[in-house]
Amino acid sequence: MSRNLLQSTMIGFGRRLTRTMLSEKIAREHGLLQSLDPRVRVVGLLALVLAVTLSRKISVVAALLAIAIVLALSSKVSPVTLAKRVWLIALGFTGVIALPALFVTPGRAIASLGSLSITEQGLRTATLLVLRVETAVTLTTLLMLCTPWAQVLKALRVLHLPKEAVTMLAMSYRYIFLLVETAGQMFESRISRTVGGLPRAEQRRMTTRTAGVLLSKSVALGNDVYLAMESRGFRGDIQVLSDFRMRSLDYVVLLLFLVAAAAAVWMGR
Amino acid sequence: MHIPDGYLSPSTCATLYVGAVAGWYSALRRLKRALFTRVIPLISVFAAFSFVVMMFNLPLPGGTTGHALGVTIAAIVLGPSGAILAISIAVAIQALFFGDGGISTLGANCFNMAIVGSLVAYGTYRLMAMDAGIRSKRRVVAAAVAGYLAINAAALLAAIEFGIQPALFHDAGGTPLYAPYPLSIAVPAMMIGHLTFAGLAEAVIAAGLVAYLQVADPALLLNTSGVSLESGTAGTPTGSVRRLWVAVAVLMLLTPLGILAAGTAWGEWSPATLAQSTPVQSSDPSPVVPAGLVRLSSLWTAPFPAYAPGFVHSRGFGYLLSAMFGVGVLLGLSLATRRLITNRRKGLET
Repeated sequence: MSRNLLQSTMIGFGRRLTRTMLSEKIAREHGLLQSLDPRVRVVGLLALVLAVTLSRKISVVAALLAIAIVLALSSKVSPVTLAKRVWLIALGFTGVIALPALFVTPGRAIASLGSLSITEQGLRTATLLVLRVETAVTLTTLLMLCTPWAQVLKALRVLHLPKEAVTMLAMSYRYIFLLVETAGQMFESRISRTVGGLPRAEQRRMTTRTAGVLLSKSVALGNDVYLAMESRGFRGDIQVLSDFRMRSLDYVVLLLFLVAAAAAVWMGR
Repeated sequence: MHIPDGYLSPSTCATLYVGAVAGWYSALRRLKRALFTRVIPLISVFAAFSFVVMMFNLPLPGGTTGHALGVTIAAIVLGPSGAILAISIAVAIQALFFGDGGISTLGANCFNMAIVGSLVAYGTYRLMAMDAGIRSKRRVVAAAVAGYLAINAAALLAAIEFGIQPALFHDAGGTPLYAPYPLSIAVPAMMIGHLTFAGLAEAVIAAGLVAYLQVADPALLLNTSGVSLESGTAGTPTGSVRRLWVAVAVLMLLTPLGILAAGTAWGEWSPATLAQSTPVQSSDPSPVVPAGLVRLSSLWTAPFPAYAPGFVHSRGFGYLLSAMFGVGVLLGLSLATRRLITNRRKGLET
C-alpha cells in the first residue's frame, strides 16, 4: 500500500483522537456552561438548535449565532478553536453547496458576474443556509466541548432515551478509541514493512483485509465483553446512576435558554 | 450523505424522526425477543467498528479514494435489526461528537443510512445469495451488489429530501428557506457521486469483508445465511419451507385471475381457434389450418382441457382445482423420486 494513503488514514485517526482529547480538556475548564447541570446544557443548547431550524429570518439566526459566541467566550472556548473546528469546515462544506444557489435561484437580479446573474432570492437563501448551518454546528460543538461524553449520555436520559440505547452509545464510544488504536497499530506496522508503492488493486485488498481483521477482533471483543458482563451479574437489566443536582442558577439559566429559543422561534416566523 | 442541521425543514425532520423511531422500536423489540443481553455488547462494538471503517481511505479505480459506510457488512453479520441499531449509534456519535450530520437531522440520517440502508442491503444479499454455501462466490457478489444498492438507496432518499424543500418551504418572495435546489438538480448532483465512487467503496469493502470472513471466520456469516457451515445447504429449513408452502397456497388461490386475461396466448391456438382467426393471406378468404397441426393436435387429449374439467361448471373453481391437481402431481413425483434415491443409497450402504 502506498505510504501516502496509509499515512493519510493514520493522520485521520490521529486527528479524531486529538479532537476528543481537546474536548475533554475544555470540559474540565471553569466556565459558564461547564458550571451548569449537564441536563440544562443538553436541553438548553438543543432548544437553541431547534430554534435555529425553525427561524426563517436571517437577522434572528444571526442573533442566535451571537448568543452562541457569547456562550463560547464565557465558557473559555476560544474563537480560534471554533473557527478551526467549526466555522471554516462548515463554511467550506456548505459554501460549496450554497454558492450555485446565488445564480440558479429564480428571482430579481441584483448583480451580474459575466453572463451569470446573482438574484436577491439566491443571495438570501444562500446566506440563510450558511448562517443556519454555522449556528447549529457551533451550538452542538459547544455542548460536546463543554460536557464530558459520560455526562452527555446520562443527561440524554432526560429526553427519555431508552436505557439500552444509552448503554450501547456509551459502550460504542469507548470501543471506538480501542478500535481506532488497533487499526492505527495495524496501519503503522504495515508502513514499517512497506518499501516503495503497491498497485492500487493490491492496496484495495490490503485495506479490506485490514478491515476484516478488525471485524474479527471486534466480534471477539464483543463476545468477551458479554462474558465479562455476565460474570459480573448482568442479566439485561440496565441501571444508570444519576447524581445530577439542579441548583437555583441552573433553573435560571434553563429558563433563559428556553425564553431565548421561544423568542427566536416567534420573531423568526 | 450526512445531512447537517439547517438543510431540512422542521416538519421534514419531524416526519423522518417518526420513521426512524418506528425503525428503532421495531429493531429493539425484535432483538429483545432474541438473546438481548448477548447482543448489546456485540451491537456496541459493531457500531464502533462501522465508525472506524468509515475512516478507512479505500483506493478506487480512476485514481480516487472513497470510504464505506459499513452498513452492508453489519446487515450481513448482525441481521437487519442489529444493523439498524449499530449504524444508528455510529451515526449518532458522528453527529454529536464529530459534527458529521446534524442533531435536528439525526432522524433523517438514521432513516436513510441505518434503516433503509440496512433493509436494502439485507434484502438484496438474501435474495441474491439464496441458499448458496457459506464459502460460495455468489455470496461475495451478493454482498457487493447489496452494498452498492444500499448506499445508492440511502443517497437517493437524501436527495429526494433535499429536492422537495424548495417546493414546499419558501417565503412569500419565493426564497427557499432550507435546501435551495429542486429535485431536478438535487437528485443528479447527489447520485453522480454515489453511483460512481461511494457506492463502489461500499461494494468493495462489503465484498472484500465477506470474502475474508469466508476464509478466516465463516461462522460470522451464518446468522443471516439460512445455511449450515458444514453442508452449505439449508440448516434450519422449517421456516423457509413453511414460507414456501404459504406462497404456493396463495398462488393457487390466485389462479382464477387467469380468467381475466382477454384473448388467447399467441402461438397456443387450437385448430378451431386458428380457423376463426384472420387468414394469413388477405387474397385467400378461407381460413388455413395446417394439416400437420390438425393431425398432431388430437394425439393427446388432456383430462382438464383449458384448465376447466368437464364436470365443474364454475371456471374459477376449475382453475383452482387444476392448480391443486398440478401441484399434487408435482409433489407426488418429487416424493417418489426422493424415496427412490433414499432407498438406493440405503441399498448401497448395506
